[in-house]
Amino acid sequence: MEEVTQTEIKPFHAEDMTISVGPQHPSTHGVLRFVVKTDGEIISEAIPDVGYLHRSIEKIGEKVTWHGYVPYTDRADYLAAMFANQGFCMAAEKLGGVEVARRGEFCRVIACELNRIASHLISVGTFGQDIGAITPFIHALRERESINNLMEEICGARLTYNYLRIGGVGYDIKDETCHRITQFLDHFEPIVDEYNRLLTNNKIFIERLANVAPITREDALQYNIVGPNLRACGVSWDIRRDIPYSVYPELDFKIPVGTGEMGALGDCYDRYLVRMQEMMESCKILRQSLKMLPKGPAISKVPVKFKPPAGEAYVRVEAPRGDMGFYVVSDGSEYPYRVRIRTGSFTAMGLIHKLSRGIMVADLIALIASLDVDAPEIDR
Amino acid sequence: MQSLADQIFEAGYLPGLSREAVYAVVIVLVAFAVLSFFVAPLAGVTSWLERRVWGRIQSRVGPNRVGPQGILQWLADGIKNLLKEDLIPAAADRKLFALAPYVVFMGFLATFVVIPFGSRLVVADLNIGLLYLLAVTSLVVVGILMAGWSSNNKWSLLGGMRSAAQIVSYEIPAGLSVLTIVLLAGTLSMQGIIRQQGWAPWDWFLFHSPFTFIAFFLFFTAALAEGNRTPFDIPEAESELVAGYVTEYSGMRFLFFFFAEWGNLYVIGAVAATLFLGGWHVPPITENPFIKGGLEFVVFFLKAYLWVFVAMWVRGTLPRVRVDQLMSMCWKYMVPLAFMCLFGTAVWMVLWPGGTPWVSVLMFLIGVGILGRFFWRVRYQIRHAKPEMYWNPFI
Repeated sequence: MEEVTQTEIKPFHAEDMTISVGPQHPSTHGVLRFVVKTDGEIISEAIPDVGYLHRSIEKIGEKVTWHGYVPYTDRADYLAAMFANQGFCMAAEKLGGVEVARRGEFCRVIACELNRIASHLISVGTFGQDIGAITPFIHALRERESINNLMEEICGARLTYNYLRIGGVGYDIKDETCHRITQFLDHFEPIVDEYNRLLTNNKIFIERLANVAPITREDALQYNIVGPNLRACGVSWDIRRDIPYSVYPELDFKIPVGTGEMGALGDCYDRYLVRMQEMMESCKILRQSLKMLPKGPAISKVPVKFKPPAGEAYVRVEAPRGDMGFYVVSDGSEYPYRVRIRTGSFTAMGLIHKLSRGIMVADLIALIASLDVDAPEIDR
Repeated sequence: MQSLADQIFEAGYLPGLSREAVYAVVIVLVAFAVLSFFVAPLAGVTSWLERRVWGRIQSRVGPNRVGPQGILQWLADGIKNLLKEDLIPAAADRKLFALAPYVVFMGFLATFVVIPFGSRLVVADLNIGLLYLLAVTSLVVVGILMAGWSSNNKWSLLGGMRSAAQIVSYEIPAGLSVLTIVLLAGTLSMQGIIRQQGWAPWDWFLFHSPFTFIAFFLFFTAALAEGNRTPFDIPEAESELVAGYVTEYSGMRFLFFFFAEWGNLYVIGAVAATLFLGGWHVPPITENPFIKGGLEFVVFFLKAYLWVFVAMWVRGTLPRVRVDQLMSMCWKYMVPLAFMCLFGTAVWMVLWPGGTPWVSVLMFLIGVGILGRFFWRVRYQIRHAKPEMYWNPFI
């Protein structure tokens, strides 16, 4: 008979300490919780606990009209409200066969890319803050404030825009606003250099992020990592280019991918760098679309009682946190039959358990920040 | 002080009291006066200054409402914290929890005994001044560890442990770089060290030899780490450990920790000025003891605050290092470098026992060159800055 039990005696047996990181923790950016088991500073396991910010946005979709649901989508990811707007509007347009006004498409692209810069600024700024540098965060928020002002000019709101409508946009972009956007770009593009000197090329910053929690290409594809996090792993995949929508095929822009600049491919530093480069690409897109902005109505005629024929549609947009998918089912009535939102942050959370093994507490914070997870987007 | 007590005694104001009792009372009163009117405002004003400097770095204005330019902000904050409820967690070790802030505070306060503000303005010119200074600043780590342990909070415990590891490690490079100066001066007395230097920059120990030049930066870095300042603020890293060892503290106890932190900042500057920057030496322009004393005080204060300002600047610029990087930096780079400085200085003293004035002047010129190069590099920032915001401190 085999030996049934064999007690393993470890010479220095340390008991794991279970720490609850969150829901009220400075670095979880919203109400997000991790149950972390650590041996001193080394994490043996970190389990994300999501659901603190669930607001039933998908269920609300079944209770309000097609037009009336657009403001609710703002709240899915309040840092990138425009993209959720766009996802839902595109899904509704696909179902109803609505042709979007051409000027409206350009207005959408302008608003979305401005929002992408704003969202990436928050991401990059809070990244610095989580690493311990407060100054870049405040400088990033300063620039974001100018974008908020522009957004206020465009649609009257600074955070939850409710700008897009089914068939176009709510308000046309005025010429002087276009001028002001150009002014902002002229101001913003050189200032990125300042960030690079303050943060990107900072020795401590690089040391803290290089080789920390690298995501391999296989892992990224298996765990369904999307957006900048995926591109940082060296996978050139961008919905704007690969599943074209809106007027993106007419615009010329690059897809920045991670190159393992300072360490392993797909580490935290790559994820940071991809976001910095994407902001510059967004500036390029903005300049082009401002130049190409056609004359004409910004919204096409859509009936007030919008009733798309029964059917289903799945639409994907490239949000700052990656592929945002809207699966919408219509039964031919005034209300959507089912709305399902697929977001990038939620799938990114799945990988944290695997990545966090053996890293330090400070690295976990860097990892969360580098994935740019946004609590409202995880739970919806 | 003693003569004052004697005068009071002999004037017959205090019949029936022993001379020792009068001395004790006078000493307590003087200590109280120094504490209330010098040390407390010093830490407070440093906190205000830090917030202002930090505000400018971050393109904000900073506190400017309480008092002229907001200089009384610290008083308002202090009163607010006094009025706050003093919470002690139910599961905390009450005695240690209550005691910890005072231990930290004592560690900072006791250093003021040996800090020479002028040629006569020093509480006690101990002949083991530096040793005493290193010893009492070590008291801070005991307090922090007590706070971390007694809070019965995992974040506090992690913070306390980090702090203990950090401060104990960084005391070695700090001590070694201080030893370099002790070797040069041949004394541990703070006043003695200052008297060996002169008013001119090339008489300072900073420019004595390349080794002391390196030792100064080693000392400053290690002192920042001992004072839990960014980039070494891992014990209270707010984005990782919530607030580290102060997580459970509130009200005045919380304030005591930060009081000590800002006070320590000044102590770092003062020690740097004493050891490396010629302390209170002023050019021989007057013989009037009052004007001379005042000038000495101002010079010492400015030298100390220069490094306080640099520490604030560093905090506003740099991210935080990770705990293992912190340790490897200390043990792999700073300790060997500090030993090298110590050894190099010893060799230097053997080779040139009479000193090397030409090297000092050369080192001084190199230092000026480095500063010039720095300003040449930041001129871009100065040109592009919003003018009135950056150069005018009065908004």
